[in-house]
Amino acid sequence: MKWYIDSDRPIYKQLVEQIELRIISGVYAPGDKLESVREMAMDAGVNPNTMQKALAELERMELVFAQRTSGRFITEDLKVIEEAKKNLAVQEIGAFLEKMKKLGMGRNEILVLMEKIEEGEKDDDHIKH
Amino acid sequence: MTILSTKNLTKSYGKKTALANINMEIPRGRIIGLLGPNGSGKSTFIKLAAGLLVPTAGEITIDGDAPGVDTKAKVSYLSERTYLNDWMRVSEIIAFFEDFYTDFNRIKAENMLKDLNINPDDRLKTMSKGTKEKVQLILVMSRQAQLYLLDEPIGGVDPAARDYILNTIITNYKEEASVIISTHLIADIEQILDDIIFINQGELVLSSSVDEIRETRNQSVDGLFREVFKC
Repeated sequence: MKWYIDSDRPIYKQLVEQIELRIISGVYAPGDKLESVREMAMDAGVNPNTMQKALAELERMELVFAQRTSGRFITEDLKVIEEAKKNLAVQEIGAFLEKMKKLGMGRNEILVLMEKIEEGEKDDDHIKH
Repeated sequence: MTILSTKNLTKSYGKKTALANINMEIPRGRIIGLLGPNGSGKSTFIKLAAGLLVPTAGEITIDGDAPGVDTKAKVSYLSERTYLNDWMRVSEIIAFFEDFYTDFNRIKAENMLKDLNINPDDRLKTMSKGTKEKVQLILVMSRQAQLYLLDEPIGGVDPAARDYILNTIITNYKEEASVIISTHLIADIEQILDDIIFINQGELVLSSSVDEIRETRNQSVDGLFREVFKC
């Protein structure tokens, strides 16, 4: 999996977001062992200190836990993951609504359009199958 | 914890001041970008740390000692220009380094040469500028030093090799060692830096962590550099 680092936001924050997304979407399953800080840093092409900082933040968020001798693991608490998923969805929807507001789209307009697009996707599925 | 420390470090060449009253403390376990426009004093600073120049005033210490025989055993320095003999084969230079530095790891050097498709039997003079630079960097990074001083390490190498070299720097990272990289290719190395030091006309302009710059100014180090040093 690729890492995407923008140039104008703190790198550790971007790492936190991307690891969180991997946990929510199941790329990292509950209870999975994470690679070492150094391996993860190399994979992302970032400084090990920065990866360390990101993992410490994920520990604070309780999405990751450390076991003194055997390394870091993804939480097995599904409630925590579900909560993170909800928070992220709220954020994304907030950002989406903000953009729609800028475009001058009202609530009903948005809903109608969303339904239309969803139907369109279904039609596409019919054609494919 | 400090690996390098300076107090009012000043270096003049005749009437020209190359560095003026630099005060800094560099802790262990960090990767630091020493950034500044051409002629700002970056190489002078690195040469003072490497013990190739002597301060005009003030002091610089490595692990508590002034640069000398003891500190040279702890410092691995990559110079701007090559000092290796052109007629030598890479394998001969490796033997040379092994004799000279007790902390030199031959296996590490040989593995890196292999990764970058460099034949140890080739002579330096038959190599391109970029390949020569890679050889030098491999030699420097194959030491288990406490301080690495890299003066323009990636200027002449292609982007793919650049990634490999940056990865090499990250992999070699150790908690007790720090790396100081002087370069103007900021965008390329920004992701691996902990801290940056901006110098201009011999003076320290800014010293900060990379995340702090991104957090408080919402811009990259590269962007900030362009703003601060706008011509």
